[in-house]
Amino acid sequence: MRGRVEAGVQPARARPVDEGRVWHCSGDWRLGGIAELERRLPGLCGVGAGPVELDFARVRAMDTAGAWLLARTVAQLTAAGRPVELSNLLPAHAELLALVRGQETAPGAGARRRRAGLLARVGRETVGHLIKAVRFVAFVGEMASVLLGSLLRPRSIRWRAFWSNVQVAGFNALPIIGLLSFLTGVVIAYQGSVQLRQFGANIFVVDLVGLTMVRELSPLLVAIIVAGRTGSAYTAQIGTMKMTGEVDALITIGIPPMELLVLPKVFALLLALPLLTVFGDILGVLGGMVMAKATLAVTARNFLDRFQDAVSLTSLLTGLGKTPVFAAIIALVGCYQGMQAGGGPESVGAQTTTSVVKSIFFIIVADAGFSVLFSWLNL
Amino acid sequence: MIRVRGLCTRFGSHWVHRELDLDVHRGEILALAGGSGSGKSTLLREIIRLQPPAAGSIQVLGEEVWSLPAARAKRLRRRLGVLFQGGALFGSLTVLENVGLPLREHSDLEEAFIDEVAGLKVALAGLPPDALDKYPSELSGGMIKRAALARAIALDPELLFLDEPTAGLDPGAAGALDELVLHLKSLLGLTMMVVTHDLDSLWRVADRVAVLGQGRVLAVGPMAELADVDVPEVQEYFQGPRARAAQGLGWKRT
Repeated sequence: MRGRVEAGVQPARARPVDEGRVWHCSGDWRLGGIAELERRLPGLCGVGAGPVELDFARVRAMDTAGAWLLARTVAQLTAAGRPVELSNLLPAHAELLALVRGQETAPGAGARRRRAGLLARVGRETVGHLIKAVRFVAFVGEMASVLLGSLLRPRSIRWRAFWSNVQVAGFNALPIIGLLSFLTGVVIAYQGSVQLRQFGANIFVVDLVGLTMVRELSPLLVAIIVAGRTGSAYTAQIGTMKMTGEVDALITIGIPPMELLVLPKVFALLLALPLLTVFGDILGVLGGMVMAKATLAVTARNFLDRFQDAVSLTSLLTGLGKTPVFAAIIALVGCYQGMQAGGGPESVGAQTTTSVVKSIFFIIVADAGFSVLFSWLNL
Repeated sequence: MIRVRGLCTRFGSHWVHRELDLDVHRGEILALAGGSGSGKSTLLREIIRLQPPAAGSIQVLGEEVWSLPAARAKRLRRRLGVLFQGGALFGSLTVLENVGLPLREHSDLEEAFIDEVAGLKVALAGLPPDALDKYPSELSGGMIKRAALARAIALDPELLFLDEPTAGLDPGAAGALDELVLHLKSLLGLTMMVVTHDLDSLWRVADRVAVLGQGRVLAVGPMAELADVDVPEVQEYFQGPRARAAQGLGWKRT
């Protein structure tokens, strides 16, 4: 990029002659042409001593950037004890120079925002996280109190919003959950088949696919898909409503946003996620079954016979038992982040991202917690 | 109708309102004017219980707004109507459903009857019948404001709040909205508080204008009287080519 100028622009030049007493300036003293000169100026200022005359006879054009460069040059030379005289400056350019000089504060001379040191930033982040955590607890508390109010006055439950959310979050997700679970079942069976075949233990593919899907993988996978699909939708919807003022409008009409927006979503997911997980279980096992037949010669009948022994009701229930917790995480985090959106569209986008990431994080943490709990309870 | 006393509001370390006092009388249209950042919209939001002040008392229709328990606050909200800047119509509902929402929320009437009342309000707001089934994204700016106004008057409120109603409207639509506001005031006996910069609105619509600045009400009175107030923030509304044009057109108040 050195010395690159726009096409048609003559680079600005300043040539000291006569032992630095006169500088012949030429070219386009414009934004597109002053880059090289600006770099060379400190060197030029050191040439010679005593008064300087800047001759502008051969300067073609000047804009504010060029005028600023000139003003700075004059200031530098004057500060170095060398009085400056400008000759052959066009009236229009002289006006520009006066305009530029009239700005007292140079850019960058004002109080800069000082970048806080590492310790300060760590402190700020920590406090920020604590505040967010407290706010989230407040949100959950508010939701709990609205929930209690709804149970005491069932008429205030927004059924239409509830069922609408069940359809969108639950029913409409069936195809994608089905497909992804099926494929996951296929993959597990295939990966296991390589090992099992070596030991002639083909039939144990049923245990592998069945237990893995039902206890661990299906609840986790379905929750993560729903977090990405539905959690982000919740955040985006509420966040956008906050941005357009619709949330405020609801408040002024006397409808608490908690009642109409948040509660129905939470309940819809509490209903939909377990059902989606069961669906995922079924299709995952089906995928495993197809693969078992293909690579391990385990027929469907053999598969299903073994399935009854391998996968107990307890296993199924421990898998499903996690789903209400996952549902609560997705819905609460999604709605909370939506409510935190302020300002403009980038805020909605940022909150949506945060919502999905946080949901998945807490889902996995909760899953780990459940593992510990179940192993402790010997389930 | 509205009494504000000693209001103090703070954003961070910056005091937006300091000991602000204001009254709104029954049947009048009070306009809130003042430079950007003078806290006009904030004051409006505090009066309609959207944003709590740091200190001070706000009484609306005789009730102390910020001390009310939830149930009484909800009852108070029924008596207020709000037109937000930009309309804030619910994007997933048609115009008819938007206007019908407050009616459904606060009454037990039959669906069909609610639709008829909503249709009535939409017509009062000057919208044609074919707008009823349109979604907000299908409406022009002027129509959105009218639909939002129809929603604001859905419950026949006693007090109407308008936040920059003519913002973003072309002169024709802005003028028409001003006329609509006046028409509704006389028709429904509304008291109104309007936040606005629009000089034409200030002259045409407002009975009194309160100019906010330096954290309090600098001057309040009919527009013509304010011309004599020698405070810079107030004089802004009377100097300059735009101010003179609005003044000089000699709006006659009906």
